[in-house]
Amino acid sequence: MQTTAQPTFSTAHTRGASRAWLVLGALALLALASILLACSVGSVALSAADLFGAISEAVRGDHSTLAATLLELRLNRALSGFVVGAMLALAGVLMQALLRNPLADPYVLGVSGGAAVGALAAMLFFTAAWAIDMAAFGGAIAVALLLFLLAHRDLRNGAVEGNAPFLLLTGVIVASGCGALVTLMLSIAPDNRLRGMVFWLIGDLSGTQLRWLPWLVLAGALIFSTRIARAINMVAQHAEAAATLGVRVGPLRKGLFVCAALLTAGAVSSAGSIGFVGLIVPHACRFALGPDHRLLLPAATLVGGTFLVLADTLARTLIAPQQLPVGVITALIGVPVFLLQLHHMRRR
Amino acid sequence: MMKTIGLQLRIGERTLVAGLDWQVHAGECWCVIGRNGAGKSTLLRTLAGLREADGGAVQVGGRLLPDWPLQDLARERAFLAQGRNDAFGYRVLDTVLSARHPYHDAGYWESDADYQAAHAALHALDVGALAERDVRTLSGGERQRVAIAAVLAQDTPLLLLDEPANALDLAHQVSVMGLLARLCRQSRKAVVMVSHDLNLAHSVASHALLLMGDGRWQAGPVAEVMQAPILSHCLGHPIEIVRHGSRTIYLPVEETHHE
Repeated sequence: MQTTAQPTFSTAHTRGASRAWLVLGALALLALASILLACSVGSVALSAADLFGAISEAVRGDHSTLAATLLELRLNRALSGFVVGAMLALAGVLMQALLRNPLADPYVLGVSGGAAVGALAAMLFFTAAWAIDMAAFGGAIAVALLLFLLAHRDLRNGAVEGNAPFLLLTGVIVASGCGALVTLMLSIAPDNRLRGMVFWLIGDLSGTQLRWLPWLVLAGALIFSTRIARAINMVAQHAEAAATLGVRVGPLRKGLFVCAALLTAGAVSSAGSIGFVGLIVPHACRFALGPDHRLLLPAATLVGGTFLVLADTLARTLIAPQQLPVGVITALIGVPVFLLQLHHMRRR
Repeated sequence: MMKTIGLQLRIGERTLVAGLDWQVHAGECWCVIGRNGAGKSTLLRTLAGLREADGGAVQVGGRLLPDWPLQDLARERAFLAQGRNDAFGYRVLDTVLSARHPYHDAGYWESDADYQAAHAALHALDVGALAERDVRTLSGGERQRVAIAAVLAQDTPLLLLDEPANALDLAHQVSVMGLLARLCRQSRKAVVMVSHDLNLAHSVASHALLLMGDGRWQAGPVAEVMQAPILSHCLGHPIEIVRHGSRTIYLPVEETHHE
């Protein structure tokens, strides 16, 4: 074996780390900018000066002025949008790594279907917002548990070529079962509740309240997954053969599944099933930054949050004073972007 | 280095290997020979710890496989799987660096030594120029050489290779076999590989393990085991041996000659 250690490679690892920090710093600034934009745009536009005035008032605890009230409302909504988008994007990356399929999204295994069944049932029988969120979360977790039990062997061993077809098929079938239940409830729902149900299904941030739980789930999942990002790379590359490189594939896959399911449940129960964020954001990040999960996981989280904040800003300003459900915007952006990426992939 | 004790391999109701007592020492290059479905890949996967034995045990370095921490074991033996399925667009360099994973208890990012090992392995397999390429754009033979480079970069005393010459062109078949022979002779590594090409196997192997596919097996030095009658029986097809100078050439007897 001849050794050709070019001097250019001697600092390669420090380059990897500093590139990651640079990219993440830039993305964090973009995320901040998107939130500030979301705070200033709306039925009453706030100029930069108004915005900073309002921020300083808010910091002092003074909510009397119009600007401060607007800021509080919009900031709440922007932050909920950010956390939901970030959760969906992170769940997407994890699900794609788990299934070893770059076209998987957080909804493919039916976790969101379970949330939809729960949420719609709650809308049919109760009306309180918290009951709907709770029911959605419960439904998502129930489906996740069901999948976990059914596909337990598959998760532990990894299927023969690591494509997890059993888990995928189980998920698809469970999802279509949930779809049937959703249709059933829509068809027997009274007319006055139908609009809310449809909005929930498309994904809507207008009724969302800022809560701590989604942030906790997001932070926990991000820290957990970034710490084991090296091992995620191994499984993404080598499937079950990653075991011969010292990775405990079974526990890792279970961890990924639990994380992705919790993130999806958290996102869907606070804003409905907003489509495409969990599919195109991981895809675009992988396309631009490469598939290394050490960078991809935090980057996709930031980009997902930013994307949803911007999409929601569009949703409430495009045909103001009427508001669109944000799921419409993400789908309208997502479909062409995704088709373009697919086309690009085929050409390569 | 590696030892099997009464190893049993079964698929469904079929017994592929029964009571395999077998030892591999440093510096030996073993070739596993058998028909399709005789259990060659199953054996290798079992030795690699990807599949539980159906009876008996496998020892590496005097320690039973289940007793090894995976990370430590990954510094003892490397495994080349038969096929690869690349779902994501990792660079060639990334896939070879991934083989350095067992050496990373502390670091989050790869060290200089990892990069050096990866580049050296890529050059040894004549794929240094492909380092920045997306693995999904490689040809079958290029991909195979990159996979072998990863096994080299893992830098283990024991190598388990499932059809390493698969998809390689003639020149690279010869150079890869030469590389494996050097690893055994000079670096005292132990190689266990599956090969369907008897001539290629004979050019590099010091020992052979024949699997009959019904539980029976035969192991020994090449000169003892790779003889026409035994191989003909093992592979289910008459085989002739032709001497050409110092070389031995295995030829399948053509069916038409028997008419």
